[in-house]
Amino acid sequence: MSENFLNKKIREMERVNKKGDIFSFFFNRTKKYDEKVKAFLEILNYKEAIPYGLKDNILCIGAKTTCGSQLLKNYNSTYDATVVENLRKYGFEPLGKTNMDEFAMGSSTENSSFFPTRNPWNTERIPGGSSGGSAAAVASGLVPFALGSDTGGSIRLPAAMCGIVGYKPSYGLVSRYGLVAFGSSLDQIGPFTRCIEDTHSVIKMIASKDEKDSTSENFEIKDLATTDLKKIRIAIPREMVDYEGLDEGVKESFYLFVEELEKNGVKINYVNIPSLKYVIATYYLIAPGEASSNLSRFDGVRYGKRNDKSNYEDMVNLFRDSGFGIEVKRRILLGTFTLSSAYYDAYYRKALKVRRIIKKEIDKIFENNDFIINPTSPVIAPYLNQITDPLTYYLMDYYTISANLIGAPAISLPIKRVENMPVGLHIMSKRFMDNELLSFANRIQNLSPSFKNGFFELPDGGEKYV
Amino acid sequence: MFRTIIGLEIHAQVMSKTKAFCSCPADVFEKKPNTLICPVCTGQPGALPVLNEEVVCLALKGALALNCEINKKSSFDRKNYFYPDLPKGYQITQFFKPIAENGFLIIDDQNGKEKKIRIRRLHIEEDAGKLLHIGSENISESTGSYLDLNRCGVPLIEIVTEPDMSSPEEAKIFMEALRDNLKVLNVCSGDMEKGALRCDANISVVDEEKNYSSNRVEVKNMNSFKFVEKALFYEKERIIDELKKGHDVKFETRSWVMPDKKTVSMRSKEKENDYRYFPEPDLPPLFVSDEKIEIIKASLPELPRDKKLRFIEEYNIPEYDAGVLSSDLLIANFFEEVAKYTNRPKESSNWIMGEVLRMIKEENLDLENSFLSKELFQDLFKLMDGKIISSKMAKDVLDYALKEKKLPSVIVEEKGFKQVEDTELITKIIQEAIKKNQKAVDQYKSGKKNVIGYFVGAVMKETKGKANPETVNEIAKEMLEK
Repeated sequence: MSENFLNKKIREMERVNKKGDIFSFFFNRTKKYDEKVKAFLEILNYKEAIPYGLKDNILCIGAKTTCGSQLLKNYNSTYDATVVENLRKYGFEPLGKTNMDEFAMGSSTENSSFFPTRNPWNTERIPGGSSGGSAAAVASGLVPFALGSDTGGSIRLPAAMCGIVGYKPSYGLVSRYGLVAFGSSLDQIGPFTRCIEDTHSVIKMIASKDEKDSTSENFEIKDLATTDLKKIRIAIPREMVDYEGLDEGVKESFYLFVEELEKNGVKINYVNIPSLKYVIATYYLIAPGEASSNLSRFDGVRYGKRNDKSNYEDMVNLFRDSGFGIEVKRRILLGTFTLSSAYYDAYYRKALKVRRIIKKEIDKIFENNDFIINPTSPVIAPYLNQITDPLTYYLMDYYTISANLIGAPAISLPIKRVENMPVGLHIMSKRFMDNELLSFANRIQNLSPSFKNGFFELPDGGEKYV
Repeated sequence: MFRTIIGLEIHAQVMSKTKAFCSCPADVFEKKPNTLICPVCTGQPGALPVLNEEVVCLALKGALALNCEINKKSSFDRKNYFYPDLPKGYQITQFFKPIAENGFLIIDDQNGKEKKIRIRRLHIEEDAGKLLHIGSENISESTGSYLDLNRCGVPLIEIVTEPDMSSPEEAKIFMEALRDNLKVLNVCSGDMEKGALRCDANISVVDEEKNYSSNRVEVKNMNSFKFVEKALFYEKERIIDELKKGHDVKFETRSWVMPDKKTVSMRSKEKENDYRYFPEPDLPPLFVSDEKIEIIKASLPELPRDKKLRFIEEYNIPEYDAGVLSSDLLIANFFEEVAKYTNRPKESSNWIMGEVLRMIKEENLDLENSFLSKELFQDLFKLMDGKIISSKMAKDVLDYALKEKKLPSVIVEEKGFKQVEDTELITKIIQEAIKKNQKAVDQYKSGKKNVIGYFVGAVMKETKGKANPETVNEIAKEMLEK
């Protein structure tokens, strides 16, 4: 077993607590407190292991993998995802499968077909999504860390809203084998943690060049290095801070933190990235296109309940119509349309082209800057059922989507709170500059007023476990 | 005058050890259903494809043998459609950028004329599973269906020709030539009956007087070389009939129905699926280096047509024989071995074309593991040269030699297979025959020379076929003309 930071702390905690084994400790906490936030869809009991939360779109033998969908509510994982195997080598087993927006489509976890997860800071509010269950589990201290998946911000947004660290690694760093695909060219697995050291520990364990995933890359996660802030140059896109949907409180918190960075010698450059205005359109052409294809395996022949329609076409239609939720159907229809031969050139092909242009423009920014920062979300966590218009949620992705489109790593960490709700800082670097990004984030985390005693604070009432 | 235009789309199962995108065995023919499967080929959620390098090499072999240009960068795409035998809901194929394009294959058409059939493209894709419908051949009329996913992910190369074939016979000849090539290359077993090689055709007919071209019809389900010709012949006639009536056929897909020996409509082209092709995000682009192309090029064996031309040249055997012998590598190699060792190419060819091929076909002779050898033929030829056995007897001797795994000379010794050269005995038998049938003698004398066969036959009967036919002939002739 590797003696990484996370392990050391857990061992120490085990010694201090003397409450039996570590798994039981978190297992009992989860049994007691999950009712409040409803982070888990299924709780497992491995004992003899160090627990973590696993988003329910990542396969693990012995557990179901429902993707938050009625359609897969009885689907037992048929194999282990590579990340699950990797963590097992270090003695980790999932404590449970965490709730999510159905097939990771959504930003609130309200689209789970089972029940919505609640924000530990205020249970009337959403935790963000789509990996809301994982975020809420970590922010409630139910697990030391959790894995989520991020296609357009699904790790970073809930991390920001729940006041913890969320990291989407460079595309290709972590194997996607065993992650139920949403947008295959955008999806990436990453951790939710309560400090950057833990983020670093987890990514070190899960990152691997996997022969089962042709898009995975050989990349070495190095030890966290000391970052000299005086040498750091940071870009802030004007399009993002001047965005009309940006909440005043969030904006203020962001600028306060920027000031703090400047005080510490960081050089701030305000830049223009004109193509940013196309990121949402581009994303909502590419991701649903890929999703419409990825989800076509759910045709009622092998998964879910077989209906008794006498003909194949009716059987498929009834199954998909009654099985998928409204948001999933909306995206499948959108994707099917944009991929259709008559519209492919006008939409999908054009989106691929714009994606390349966005990458070019952002790469240019990185020629003179180490990182691009912005608020992770334009708003603090909304109340449950507050937002009914899907477009409002789509626009929320504005701050996170470009990292997926260009395959870059990005991390969200808590800065100040507004209305006692966490606000996240989003830091993005060039693809495969993950080591530099983590080192920088590690250096600045203690500049955040929410960072106390080596961890980002848990909400009031959240039982401290260290 | 009507001119037929045919283009083919061929799917060939690639003989790699494992499937195209996972490590399940690729040889699934008649294996227990749903035993050669894994999360990848059954499309379990979260499973990802990984391209099999061997499939790439085999596709390149095929492409180079078909004189294609190799795309140094090609890519994979998804072809989306719903069908129960397609567990992912899409097939991984190469739509936008195939691994190879712009090739050709030279064939000898039904008149022995050289003809170049252009290859538009060759690409890698995966096979679907297999459905067995209960109560009907077709899914909508069956009461239920069994699904075998073993074949899912079996690698295929799809070869698309230009519409360069001008008759059903030519289409068949092309398919056979393609099969011979793919077999020699070890790319595909070429077995159409087992579905290892499949072919769809597009056919149209031009009325040259009216300068009118018919709609194009796609014909499917032609699962043998013979049916390629038969189905296309049927279709050609059907189109010509319509044109003669001043009508045209529908732009549609038709299926060859074997028991009825006709094609029937499957669906109109307007009702075809929109396959929503888009780049496969799970597979990076496929790069092929110049070095790799050179290595594979250098490893290509002599192709059947080159071999045929060489056989004609080198062994001075008829074109037909050369064509048959060169179409199968095992047979071709065996022929060359025997021809060179015995230094009698013409007879070697005759024996292999006749007896050996008959035994392979009728008696399932396994050439590689049989007792047949160049030494055996050398021995057999010697026995015939020395007039110890006749060529007729040689066939029986060969049978025994293979059955008992002994050289012909040993068989001859043991079984007393010696040719009867005993002129006294032969003369005696003929004398008897003359006495018994004076009428035949008269007929012979009046000019009906072929009556001699009666007397030769009599000798053969008495000697149980062991008399040397030449000797018998000579003696009988002499005696009858006395």
